[in-house]
Amino acid sequence: MYTISNRLKIGSIILMVVGAIGIAWGFLAAPSTEAEAMEMISAHGNGHGGDHGGSVPHLDKGEGVAHGTVIEKSGSHAEDGVHVDEGHAMLHEEHVLHQLQNKPWAALYVAAFFFFMIALGVLAFYAIQRAAQAGWSPLLFRVMEGITAYLVPGGIAVFVILVLSVLHMNHLFVWMDPEVVAHDALLQGKAGYLDPTFFLIRAAIFLAGWILYREYSRKLSLAQDESDDNSNFKKNFRASAGFLVFYLISESMMSWDWIMSVDPHWFSTLFGWYIFASMFVSGITVIAMITIYLKSKGYLPEVNDSHIHDLAKFMFGISIFWTYLWFSQFMLIWYSNIPEEVTYYVTRIADYNLPFFGMVALNFVFPLLLLMNSDYKRINWFVVMTGVVILVGHYMDIFNAIMPATVGDQWFIGIPEIGAILFFAGAFIFWVFKALASAPLQPKRNPFIEESKHFHY
Amino acid sequence: MASKVIQAFYNDDDVLMHAVKKVKAAKHHIEEVYCPFPVHGLDKAMGLAPTRIAITSFLYGCVGLTVAIVMMNYIMIEDWPQDIGGKPSFSYLENMPAFVPIMFELTVFFAAHLMVITFYLRSRLWPFKKAENPDVRTTDDHFVMEIELHDNENELKELLLNTGAVEISVSEKNSH
Repeated sequence: MYTISNRLKIGSIILMVVGAIGIAWGFLAAPSTEAEAMEMISAHGNGHGGDHGGSVPHLDKGEGVAHGTVIEKSGSHAEDGVHVDEGHAMLHEEHVLHQLQNKPWAALYVAAFFFFMIALGVLAFYAIQRAAQAGWSPLLFRVMEGITAYLVPGGIAVFVILVLSVLHMNHLFVWMDPEVVAHDALLQGKAGYLDPTFFLIRAAIFLAGWILYREYSRKLSLAQDESDDNSNFKKNFRASAGFLVFYLISESMMSWDWIMSVDPHWFSTLFGWYIFASMFVSGITVIAMITIYLKSKGYLPEVNDSHIHDLAKFMFGISIFWTYLWFSQFMLIWYSNIPEEVTYYVTRIADYNLPFFGMVALNFVFPLLLLMNSDYKRINWFVVMTGVVILVGHYMDIFNAIMPATVGDQWFIGIPEIGAILFFAGAFIFWVFKALASAPLQPKRNPFIEESKHFHY
Repeated sequence: MASKVIQAFYNDDDVLMHAVKKVKAAKHHIEEVYCPFPVHGLDKAMGLAPTRIAITSFLYGCVGLTVAIVMMNYIMIEDWPQDIGGKPSFSYLENMPAFVPIMFELTVFFAAHLMVITFYLRSRLWPFKKAENPDVRTTDDHFVMEIELHDNENELKELLLNTGAVEISVSEKNSH
């Protein structure tokens, strides 16, 4: 039986307190009037906001022209990031004010979603292990169940942010603003799906489905330890297979709702898979890191090098899978260069050059080179270091998905962003380790547990 | 100089594994083991050095990537930078996404094929090569362990019979 160490408990509480202060500072420092916003911009000098409102100097001619056309077509739609000068001078100050007011909200949302998606990715991995009847992983089931315990608080946090968005506390989702929709033919066309009430109902259904499966599977998993037949195991198998069908559909729709709809003029068909790959690899990485931590403390004596090796193989493989989807999405849009969809990447390359391409290096090049060697996948500190790189990379992935549409070129990784990361990291650690301490770390009567104990690669 | 080998036949891979461990423990050098299928852990039991073929494959992949980059940079950017459908052919980097599928495929192509050829060369496999197995049954249901003899025929025979060999034969070493 694992007991949460005091140092970990206090550490996570400190993280939450420091993070909460950072978040509060972010909200207090956000400007409330246009004059304040403009003052903040000029005080920053010519940072990345310096060339705002002028021409579009970062862009190639071809792309710049294409982008301009879209802005003109989209009329008063103000959240598109890069601004083109004609006829927008009046809007500019209001636009910057909205971006700066969005900053603490977007920082909060990115971090809340990032830690939530880790738990969701682990849940998908867990369900796959159960449905596939994997023989190597049952020793790690309690670790995975511990991580997925964060689905409840994490899901509530994300849901509350979505409710606050619907209540117009922020401008994260422009399509929630009736004023914007009234002047935007494209958004009117999508209003049947992008409807605030329907949006919240969908979110509630997704969360309910995921949490329901998690709690049910956990209950069966604990009951299996005490029972004298395998009926709980079989029920869990069926529930997991059913869940995977639900998950595939709901995850895809969730990614349209929660992430793609911050850019409501843009759409991409493989976006659901792309977000899935991101959460899947982050989840597997966290399983590996927590397993290594618990093992180093002596709580998982039966876990051996081969288990870590397998997790590292998954980290390696899914990192490449993520890159494949990232590149497929990027290259198809870059190649055809259709103005209505290429703006997505134009704003990112112009305003987010380093985070955008840096994330590809973190998520692809590092895992590729560090985890290619079979021996390195068994070295714990190597796996942990690569895991840290992967997690930073996938935070940047979500950052790059949300920020350009909400704060545009006013982005910065400062106190609000880091505060939000610390806060949710603290909550994640606290909740996950509390759940880990609530049940024995090794399942007793799993039919595959013997195979898992003797797993050797 | 004619040297002799002793060949012990087994009909079970578990028995073979135990025999290999016993013979190693008795400090005899196992010349060769012939199996009809891969026996998991046999290389470890025999103390064979791990293969380095994955390392060669990685290096071949690097060669393939370089070939792809140099080729397309020369053809598409340096030699004749045409405007094809508005693609920016001013520098390699600007047009790189279009080249990635070829870079990927050539990396895989070189890594895979050169590794296979390396495997053939190192294992001395080619069409019309004369088969080396000492007994046809080793391709079907028998395992053969081959040990070189140094005037210790009786001692070895006894040891091998104790390990569960179903048949033992002494023959001239076939030189390949």
